Amino acid sequence: MRITCPHCGERDHREFYYKGHALALERPAADAGEAAWDDYVYLRENPAGVTRDLWYHEGGCGAWVVVTRSTLTHEVLSTEPASEARA
Amino acid sequence: MDNLVAKSPCAGLLPLTVGRSTATEVDAGKMTMVSPRKGHAEALGKAMQSAHGLGFPAPNSAGTAGEVRAIWFGHSSALLIGTEPADGVREAAALVDQSDAWAVVRLEGAGAEDVLARLVPIDLRLVSFPVGATVRSKIGHMSGSVTRVGEDAFWLMVFRSMAETLVHDLKSAMEAVAARG
Repeated sequence: MRITCPHCGERDHREFYYKGHALALERPAADAGEAAWDDYVYLRENPAGVTRDLWYHEGGCGAWVVVTRSTLTHEVLSTEPASEARA
Repeated sequence: MDNLVAKSPCAGLLPLTVGRSTATEVDAGKMTMVSPRKGHAEALGKAMQSAHGLGFPAPNSAGTAGEVRAIWFGHSSALLIGTEPADGVREAAALVDQSDAWAVVRLEGAGAEDVLARLVPIDLRLVSFPVGATVRSKIGHMSGSVTRVGEDAFWLMVFRSMAETLVHDLKSAMEAVAARG
């Protein structure tokens, strides 16, 4: 699998650390209510298809990268720096 | 007061020549990590240009001006080497002294590219990695920095604590390349 780092270019996935679903970008407001927070803290998607993950380029530039990829085809569809990405 | 003797990261390990490549230790002198403060990226570039003769390096590139080098070193950071940062740079950036933190090894010779091909998961041939190009990547299992400083010469940098592993990995790769003739 190859991931395109927004700074470094296309790199082997061994340079990256996998964090998981890009949940931190979807943090609800403090007063969003119990249902929203229950969903944020406990409920996880398990999509067969397009998903959005956080990867850390630990063997490279040290940036957090939001990777949009498909769990069905392993295709990496797009990447962007987490510092510029918001849900 | 005891008289302490400074020991370089690769003391007793280098130089090393195997086949058509040679590894030597580089005493890079003063090294400072430079990271622009929020909204000051442009000011930092101008301050570096006027004080040190080189701008803040673009991703994957390194600049030189006389004895001074600036190597891109990751997300919003560069390593300024061979000089104390000027006052203008201090104002525009967060600075961290890295002078004794890195082992710097110069690998050169006709076999250098072949040696690095065994250690770094990047295409480092001259055609895709010209003089002045740099990457943050893996050297063996270590996070490091690779910069081409000449047509057949590279600077390799890893954390000082990993100097012995770097030399060991380099030696293995140099011997393997030499064995193929």
